[in-house]
Amino acid sequence: MSSAALRPVMGAPEISRALSRIAHELLERNHGPEGLLLLGIPRRGAPLARRLGERLVAVEPALAGVDPSALTGSLDVTMHRDDLRRHPARAPWPTQVPPGGVDDRVVVLVDDVLSTGRTVRAALDALSDLGRPRAVRLAVLVDRGHRELPIRADHVGKNLPTSSRERVRVLLEETDGSDAVVIEAPEGGEGP
Amino acid sequence: MRHLLSAADLSREQAVHLLDVAEQMAATQQREIKKLPALRGRTVVNLFFEDSTRTRTSFEAAAKRLSADVITFSAKGSSVSKGESLKDTAMTLEAIGADAVVVRHSASGAPHRLATSGWIRAGVLNAGDGTHEHPTQALLDAFTLRRALRGGAGAGTGTDLAGARVVVVGDVLHSRVARSNVLLLHTLGARVTLVAPPTLLPVGVGAWPCEVATDLDAALAGSGGARPDAVMALRVQLERMDAAYFPSAREYSRRYGVDGRRLALLPDHAVLLHPGPMNRGLEISADAADGVRSRIVEQVANGVATRMAALYLMLAGEDAA
Amino acid sequence: MTAAPDAPPTATVLQGVRPLGADPVDLVLDGGVVTEVAAPGSAARDGARVVDGRGLVALPGLVDLHTHLREPGREDAETVETGSRAAALGGFTAVHAMANTAPVADTAGVVEQVWRLGRAAGWTDVRPVGAVTVGLDGERLAELGAMADSAAAVRVFSDDGRCVHDAVLMRRALEYVRAFDGVVAQHAQEPRLTEGAQMHEGEVSAVLGLRGWPAVAEEAVIARDMLLADHVGSRLHVCHLSTAGSVELVRWGKARGIAVTAEVTPHHLLLTDELVRGYDPVYKVNPPLRTAADVEALREGVADGTIDVVATDHAPHAVEDKDCEWAAAAMGMTGLETALSVVVAALVEPGHLDWAGVARVMSAAPATIGRVEHQGRPLAVGEPANVVLVDPGARRVVEVAAHASRGRNSPFAGLELPGRVVATVLGGHPVVLDGALASPRPDAGRHPGGW
Repeated sequence: MSSAALRPVMGAPEISRALSRIAHELLERNHGPEGLLLLGIPRRGAPLARRLGERLVAVEPALAGVDPSALTGSLDVTMHRDDLRRHPARAPWPTQVPPGGVDDRVVVLVDDVLSTGRTVRAALDALSDLGRPRAVRLAVLVDRGHRELPIRADHVGKNLPTSSRERVRVLLEETDGSDAVVIEAPEGGEGP
Repeated sequence: MRHLLSAADLSREQAVHLLDVAEQMAATQQREIKKLPALRGRTVVNLFFEDSTRTRTSFEAAAKRLSADVITFSAKGSSVSKGESLKDTAMTLEAIGADAVVVRHSASGAPHRLATSGWIRAGVLNAGDGTHEHPTQALLDAFTLRRALRGGAGAGTGTDLAGARVVVVGDVLHSRVARSNVLLLHTLGARVTLVAPPTLLPVGVGAWPCEVATDLDAALAGSGGARPDAVMALRVQLERMDAAYFPSAREYSRRYGVDGRRLALLPDHAVLLHPGPMNRGLEISADAADGVRSRIVEQVANGVATRMAALYLMLAGEDAA
Repeated sequence: MTAAPDAPPTATVLQGVRPLGADPVDLVLDGGVVTEVAAPGSAARDGARVVDGRGLVALPGLVDLHTHLREPGREDAETVETGSRAAALGGFTAVHAMANTAPVADTAGVVEQVWRLGRAAGWTDVRPVGAVTVGLDGERLAELGAMADSAAAVRVFSDDGRCVHDAVLMRRALEYVRAFDGVVAQHAQEPRLTEGAQMHEGEVSAVLGLRGWPAVAEEAVIARDMLLADHVGSRLHVCHLSTAGSVELVRWGKARGIAVTAEVTPHHLLLTDELVRGYDPVYKVNPPLRTAADVEALREGVADGTIDVVATDHAPHAVEDKDCEWAAAAMGMTGLETALSVVVAALVEPGHLDWAGVARVMSAAPATIGRVEHQGRPLAVGEPANVVLVDPGARRVVEVAAHASRGRNSPFAGLELPGRVVATVLGGHPVVLDGALASPRPDAGRHPGGW
């Protein structure tokens, strides 16, 4: 379709570097890996959480030999969304939490794009149904602004100022066949 | 999904989707906090013109776990039993502000009537109508079968029941469970064989998408060496005996009862289902009901997850479907 | 004869009408009879009412052998007055009012009451049907002779709605009514085979989970009754045949020389059990709608004369008796105001009947079976002036709200049907003009025969 123009803003190497940086930041901020649990928000937050988990294991000696899946999982927010009634019923995604649960862990919510903050709000609700973490942090690959709720990310791969008419799409190897971040602008140029 | 009146309302894709959602619902039911906020602010009315504690309880649990407001309207002792018409009851529910009506009625087609008469705007979910259908029972049976045949919880996600062979034995004539199962299992690609004495098969059953037999042992032995993967025993009411549908309970259970000997004819992986409540000693023996092949208790648990999925798909989305 | 300037004309000229669809003529009606059949445009009468009938088909007034007027007892569903209006609008100059009222029309008193109500209404000739057994209970014969000898002069007896299933009782009834040239009109339904039955037993009932109504329950009774009628030398009328098997049996009976006549309803000629799939009780009727193969057999049965009569089985019901779930709903459909159109759609348009055939099955044959004098006669000089004018080319969408019947339970609602009744003349008096009620016959009661 020619109705949208695609503008690539990150490629596979940039994504990889951003994730590596976030992994380091997580360890730094947490003073080590103690209690860290990365929960990705489906759909694309889940593989990102997995990749971050793999990086933690790779760079942190204290985690040597640990299976990354012990540190990572997914947290579905579908049924906690505030716009559930505005769309046809959507199928929930799996929520997978490693044995031990979320109680007293430092849960890092992982998502691909942070925008209005509504998904994160839903995630905080979903998380509280699972238990009581010691702390909750937020890591996102892209922060594109346009916040509608008082929410900010602790770790950001790339800040991407955009117009509200544009869409930011994150493509991942696991879900889309290759890694990229693109901005989709409606034909006819930028909005005001 | 605006209404769920018949298993025939579901395409293969819709049915698989519903079963997949049910898997997600089942997973949430393993958590300490089982309640989900999806139907907050929605009102589900359980309208039961016929006593059925198990089905009513199952729907009630399903709706409550999705945070819906649940109003139960039992015919017994209410205005319904005092001659109030289905229409007036429906209009009362409309006034209350029901978003969905789960209806159990002794008259075939009553849910259909509620959905199409213009009396109410709410979605209608058929929880068993006369001798017509019981679509959520078929869905929970399919869910149970998919888990049993595809390797447990979550393992069958995205798949149908293609190639599975299911024998359904019992009072097909009066069974809404049989009708819904034949339709749904066929939609999902399974091959169904109905087995019953000829008196308990409806005239016209030949047009159904299944095979029909009158010899249970032959059906269990399978055709061309293909033995069934599952057997579903249907409830048989003893009163049928008085209407000459069969001569005696003893003869019925000898010819059509599922027992340990008959289950031994099946391949190792095959399972036994029963929609309940059971008449032990008539259509099913105690050793069969309590044996390793039995998935009867699981069916009950799966009923809640499946009904959560059905209510979720009916009510969670936007109003105009 | 010259009428005073503002007095209603006594003579009516139907100009340019086509009797039984033949070439146009002028029909002059006066004094309750046809006085002249003239070349079109040639008949003129000073002071006569002139009806422009160009393009319209003229038929003898229709005679319904099977109508439920519900009075006495269920005046909320229909009255003799409202049912008579519906009959006139449908082109019927006579209707047989079935006996299943409350009280049941099983005594001279009740049939005379209905007959008087009909005369007072003045829209059509109301011929009461007497019950065969007391209270329709199938146990004791009603006073058939008293009803025959009453002012209502009952000739048709029926427990319609119930079947006279006791073979001995049926035999006696068949024998007894011979004394006054009556006929038993049997509602053929074996009761045990139809306990709780909700619809035709077949593929659709199997899917819908509705208790089936086997064809054999109708056919077995028809076979038995024909053999009984043959044995005792009586005539038998079979109400509303609905199955291919019934047609075959009656064909056999007639070939064997048994004095059997048979009727079919318009709805059984057009509708099938497929319509039940939506569980709308407007399609719930006794006998039930059958399959497309049955419909075809019934049409052929009418075409070859096996079935003598099309009768409406007009069965109006109060709204609440249909506005409910299927099992709780009453059985029956309205039919008076749609019958002719349905016959055109089901029999005339497909070529099973011409207009002479329509006159035969909807007028002459039912009048003969019911022994109704002055009805079902040819449109000829000296014959009674009961005429209906039909616009054969008109098509109309059935609007139930516009029906004169109190019943709203028409299965044809919303359907576009061919043919439209433009005028109905009862004993020389136009009761319907321009497709609308004109005025009731003012001289009602003058003729002892009720016409």
